[in-house]
Amino acid sequence: MAAGASPVPTQSAMYQYILKRLLLLIPTLLGAAVLVFFLLRLIPGDICELRMAGSGAYFDKEALEICRKELGIDKSEALQFFEFIKGFLTFDLGNSMYTNRPISEEIGLRFQLSLQVAIMATLTGILISLPLGVISAVKQNTWIDYCVRAFSIAGIAMPSFWLGILIILGLLLGTQAWLGTAWMPPIQYRPLWVDPVYNLSMLIWPALATGYRYSAVTTRMTRSAMLEVLREDYVRTARAKGLLEKIIIRRHALKNSLLPVVTVIGIEFAFLMGGLVVTEQVFNLNGLGKLFVVSVTNHDYSMTQALVMLVVTIFVLTNFVVDVMYGWLDPRIHYR
Amino acid sequence: MAANPAYDPALDEPAQKPELGARLLTLMRKQPLGTAGALIVLFMIFAAIFAPWLAPYDPVENNFADLNQAPSLAHWFGTDPFGRDMLSRIIFGARTALVVGFVSAVVGATVGLVLGVASAYFGGRFDLLFQRVMDVFMAFPLIIMALSVVSIFGTGVQNVIIAITIPFIPRCARVVRSSALAIREIPYVDAARACGYSHTRIILRHMVPNVMAPYLIMLTAFVGQAILLEASLSYLGLGVQEPTPAWGLMLQGGAEEYAQSAPWIAVFPGLAITVAVFGFNLFGDAVRDALDPKLRSQ
Repeated sequence: MAAGASPVPTQSAMYQYILKRLLLLIPTLLGAAVLVFFLLRLIPGDICELRMAGSGAYFDKEALEICRKELGIDKSEALQFFEFIKGFLTFDLGNSMYTNRPISEEIGLRFQLSLQVAIMATLTGILISLPLGVISAVKQNTWIDYCVRAFSIAGIAMPSFWLGILIILGLLLGTQAWLGTAWMPPIQYRPLWVDPVYNLSMLIWPALATGYRYSAVTTRMTRSAMLEVLREDYVRTARAKGLLEKIIIRRHALKNSLLPVVTVIGIEFAFLMGGLVVTEQVFNLNGLGKLFVVSVTNHDYSMTQALVMLVVTIFVLTNFVVDVMYGWLDPRIHYR
Repeated sequence: MAANPAYDPALDEPAQKPELGARLLTLMRKQPLGTAGALIVLFMIFAAIFAPWLAPYDPVENNFADLNQAPSLAHWFGTDPFGRDMLSRIIFGARTALVVGFVSAVVGATVGLVLGVASAYFGGRFDLLFQRVMDVFMAFPLIIMALSVVSIFGTGVQNVIIAITIPFIPRCARVVRSSALAIREIPYVDAARACGYSHTRIILRHMVPNVMAPYLIMLTAFVGQAILLEASLSYLGLGVQEPTPAWGLMLQGGAEEYAQSAPWIAVFPGLAITVAVFGFNLFGDAVRDALDPKLRSQ
């Protein structure tokens, strides 16, 4: 991405840029594949040993070999890697080594939940952060600004799992005091369109816990972007014209400062898809994060590989979309 | 994002330097939040160093006569399910948090610094390849990295530090590299090369000192993040192990099971994490305001 001195942008320059960025995704994905493949195999033990040990009884080497043969982990590492890449390219992820069910099915079950929490957390974050960031920038160096900044730095400082624990604690003690019986959010997942009240009463809490941290990051970004734009000449011109401050802030300043905010929102969203492990643990949710931990501890190579590739793909694609969107949102940016 | 203190012409006069105490006072007035952060950090370091004298009880000694005691004069923060004094565990926990925070931040940022500068200095194919490797580490899910490190080497403080340091390296390398790219174009680097200095000497003596600002900014930001990550990993059972006093570990298990009967178990360790990271973040923000020339010029 480069701004400034390059000549008049052309359509083809942009297409070239997009193509170049897309091609650069390939080494990243391949690198992640290599990394997860060898990291998993560096971990001592494998799934067959785990299974045999789990049965508790004496086991013979033969059974171990049969099990390894069945799962294909007796083959050479190069061959296994080749098969993994081939499966990834043909979207044939195979079966989980642990549950023996199709990986796409196992992931699909949990993807819904994780995606919903991520979207709800993003919405919570945006709803809190945009007004706060704008107010904080407009009232720079007043007590309002200091409060907003302290609030947002606290959001980054507070571990979201602790906020989650506090929310559960508050719900328990609150309902105990008000209703007489302690109420806990439900644990069994039901989709939003099947039972919206039930679904929201379950997922609103993790969304709030992660949304606060999210809002802290975006509030800070909104504030600094607004501060920069508010110093621009065209804002001064707008003020000199006698425009209403409300219009200046909304139309001149906020619109132009949204660019870095969009980036942060995109990156945080991509992070949430793979980074909800701790929050899921607190609220006992059966999402992608939990699946991650279970698969690694079970030496479930095929499942972990598929999950890592999924999260990495979401991450790089989000970054790609954000970068390309820059050009659409800000015509001053030229691609090189 | 940054505090942009009101313009003060007196500060632009380098003619006579005021005394250190007076300068500190001006700085404190200009950066009230940063000063608060520095105080929290200093307090934490103080608590960590003098933990054995400050803590009223032994942090690892079980006391089955006093299980889950509510906060009282004898136990200010109450006791945990093993009867251990929460306050003492929190004071000793500051040691774990600071060691993990400082070591992983310093190692991660420094390795990132050297790699980032080297990448910018050599440029070309090396730079391109290096950037791709950094991309992979940036995109790779942190939790899988941590899980793998712990599964391969086992749990414990050193391995938590390894797991946290690895993702810091590319983040710092990327920022440092973009600053170093500009430095490389300055003629004194060419001059140094013309003098026949080795690559190592040019990188370490001529380029690294000139990218100190972004390095220090990243470093201070990393300390808080590392403390937070350590707490998360320990909470998941992937980090520091019992009976070592660590804040994240104190929230594990006890916090949910005893949420109703002994809420102090869940409240105080989380408060310690939040205050500590809060302090480091405030301090880091102030460091950034002081070092970032783009913000200072305004």
